[in-house]
Amino acid sequence: MSYKTDLGRVMGLGSAKEGVHEWFSGRVLSVALIPLTILFLCFVAPLIGEDHATVVAAFQNPFKAIVVILFLLIAFKHLADGLKEIIVDYVHGKAALPIALIATRLTCYFFGAAGAFAVAKIAFAG
Amino acid sequence: MADVNRGNRPLSPHISIYRMTITMLVSIMNRITGAGMALAAILIVWWLMAAASGADYYATVNGYLTSWLGLLILVGSLWALWFHFLGGLRHLFMDFGIGYELKTVNLTGWIVLLGSFVLTALSLICII
Repeated sequence: MSYKTDLGRVMGLGSAKEGVHEWFSGRVLSVALIPLTILFLCFVAPLIGEDHATVVAAFQNPFKAIVVILFLLIAFKHLADGLKEIIVDYVHGKAALPIALIATRLTCYFFGAAGAFAVAKIAFAG
Repeated sequence: MADVNRGNRPLSPHISIYRMTITMLVSIMNRITGAGMALAAILIVWWLMAAASGADYYATVNGYLTSWLGLLILVGSLWALWFHFLGGLRHLFMDFGIGYELKTVNLTGWIVLLGSFVLTALSLICII
């Protein structure tokens, strides 16, 4: 008779061996996006269509700049993670799958960095 | 060979045979809205980059975004954002084991669908 618990009996027997960290950090970013999305909409949506000086003045407010930069970085990470979930479901093949995964992730990170850079540039230099 | 009739057997039913339920709709729409918002995200970054590069280029890009096509994409993305926001919130509760009863799962599905339109209208009123 074994004194092992049910959990102890099955730990490490799955094919992937890992995944909890990926899953959990995804939830953490989702929770962070709840307030950030609302603030982003409040700060940025009214600016679209406004003149250049109004937009510059808005992002020179440090709180707005920080919130929008955080939103952009986390949203594009969330987008990359989400597109990965979709790609692993529908794309198959030894070459197509890694190429699609790498290309979407790099594209997402590029646009996240570009958006954060743009806001920082306005905040620092106008 | 044990199975001489290989290839001529009935196939298991695929999605086209099932009646669409609210849970199916909300599930697939959460994916579509999430992936679709990539377009809006890139447009917003383009607009931010334009604002960072100067008044002239900003005016050009701002003009594209406020054209009828630009506004159609932006308002559509606003709805997608609220749909994905509510759908994501529903999934976060489910990750904690809350809301799996059939009654609840249908109710929250309808809340996500109808709530996305209500929040889109409310936020448009606030913006304009």
